[in-house]
Amino acid sequence: MADDHITQLQLYNAFVRRKRLVLVVAIIATLVIALFAVSAGSLNIPVPEVIKTIFGKGDAQAKMVIMGIRLPRVIAAVIVGAALAVSGAVMQCALQNPLASASTLGVSQGAAFGAALGIIVFGGGVVNSDSAATAVSINNPYIVTICAFLCGSLSTFVVIVLSQFKKDLGPGGIILAGVALSSLFTGGSTLLQYFADETKISSVVFWTFGNLGSAGWTELLILAVVFFISLAYFMLNRWNYNAMESGADTAKSLGVNTRAVMLISMGICSLTAAVAVSFVGIISFIGLVAPHIMRRFVGNDYRYLIPCSAVAGALLLILADTFGRLIIAPVILPIGAITSFLGAPLFLFLLFRGFKTND
Amino acid sequence: MIEINNISFSYSRTSRNILENVSFDIQKNRCIAILGNNGAGKSTLLKCIDRICPAQKGVVFVDGENVYKMTNNVIAQNIAYVPQNNKSLNMTVFDAILLGRKPYIKWDSTSEDKQIVCDIMQKMELDDFALRNVSELSGGEAQKVMLARALAQEPKLLLLDEPTSNLDPRNQHEVLQIVKKIAQEHNTCVAIIIHDLNLAIRYCDRFIFLKDSRVFSYGGLETMTPENIEEVYRIHIHIIEYMGIPVIVPFPDEK
Repeated sequence: MADDHITQLQLYNAFVRRKRLVLVVAIIATLVIALFAVSAGSLNIPVPEVIKTIFGKGDAQAKMVIMGIRLPRVIAAVIVGAALAVSGAVMQCALQNPLASASTLGVSQGAAFGAALGIIVFGGGVVNSDSAATAVSINNPYIVTICAFLCGSLSTFVVIVLSQFKKDLGPGGIILAGVALSSLFTGGSTLLQYFADETKISSVVFWTFGNLGSAGWTELLILAVVFFISLAYFMLNRWNYNAMESGADTAKSLGVNTRAVMLISMGICSLTAAVAVSFVGIISFIGLVAPHIMRRFVGNDYRYLIPCSAVAGALLLILADTFGRLIIAPVILPIGAITSFLGAPLFLFLLFRGFKTND
Repeated sequence: MIEINNISFSYSRTSRNILENVSFDIQKNRCIAILGNNGAGKSTLLKCIDRICPAQKGVVFVDGENVYKMTNNVIAQNIAYVPQNNKSLNMTVFDAILLGRKPYIKWDSTSEDKQIVCDIMQKMELDDFALRNVSELSGGEAQKVMLARALAQEPKLLLLDEPTSNLDPRNQHEVLQIVKKIAQEHNTCVAIIIHDLNLAIRYCDRFIFLKDSRVFSYGGLETMTPENIEEVYRIHIHIIEYMGIPVIVPFPDEK
């Protein structure tokens, strides 16, 4: 009898070790790809030189390229990818909907409207015409970022306030409210653009393309702080998310305040996504695809799904950005387009293979 | 001992009361069947007892402690609930049962938690499924997993909402035998919502009939009279005895 127990425990412990191994392998793969991403570009820098430069021993040119341009870009990809993926994973649980992501609650649409407002109304945008790659720039990024963040968060705030007035507004109702607000923001953006001149319209369109190169070290610090605080909250609630996978009533009977966990998680997910999107523009599909990929390896166990999704999101965004930088170098393709372009077939593949969720 | 005192509940201020001054008690080691027509408020009653739907009026005591003054985790350590429609879970049987230890888990599950899961799996003959996905199991096996998860909570009161619905006769008896054994071996009080009156007679000690939001009748086998059953279910029945066991036979067309 005792031997049977040991066998069952051993089998389970081995099963858990496999999940940890998935996480370790994903982290190593991300580090390797990140090093490659820093080394590759119009000026190829060998990986050993990259490592030397990061530790302060490289030459001046390598230092300028790596520390000034490529490393911040790769770190932005890591943090933004991880933030969007973790937010997507938690939203999919909180709303019990496999299609939930930052755009479900209108965060992306709200941020796009905010950026349009900042550029068109507050004069945050201007057109340069040096080359195709730098045709458009935003001359007052802070106004654009602040407007994007405020409007991105606004939709979540409205949804949470609505749910306070209507207590029986469940996950389905919250998604519908998010869809309505998304439509409102999209309409607002269209109207703003209709009355704007071509220059400003170009700036708005350029912002919505997404650009990982727009985040400097200060922005990265803000992104990192927000991301790690939200990650800590999500990890503290991982058992609650596992319980919520069994349905609201079962979760409540297991001691979970499902309504509070759902609303606070939604709020934190949206704020994290809003911060990320406001700094680098609209980046689609990462929040949707990364958690679904990792579900194939670790199931719906949020103890491992949350960190694994973070790593997968980071890895996917580095790959997409590197692809966009190298495919027709020196022109850098917009990251938003690349993630959509690569994400959509991947999403369809997952769809036809069957989502690994409870639905 | 569990005491339910004057529970009243409605889903909104304007709607009618689903439950009206419902009171009864459950002794240790006892299985109580909650009976009544669809819409009588049986499921709501279980949710009120477990504070999933907090009652507007009334209190529930577990061993003298007021459930409505406990924290969520303490309630979960005292009362376990298995709902009627369980979601098909995309997690292993082991993980699903381990969820029952959630009210006790601080940061992560301990080896003691995992040992409790192993013991329950063995007791319920689920060892062979430990690493199988719950969504791949049959209805009967999945129901046993949900029951095992509730047992992992080590509750003083076990609430089961139609645990035998969707099960074939063999699995119905198997699940109820396990429940009966649990009540006796673990000093647990059990409340089961059940529609099959013959199963109720076979496996429960006390019977509570709900009608029009109120307790219509409550007691032992003596309360299972043709008059009570006909009044609650509005169907003619006969009670015959077979090998010493009362058997209820419905006659829906009889005037």
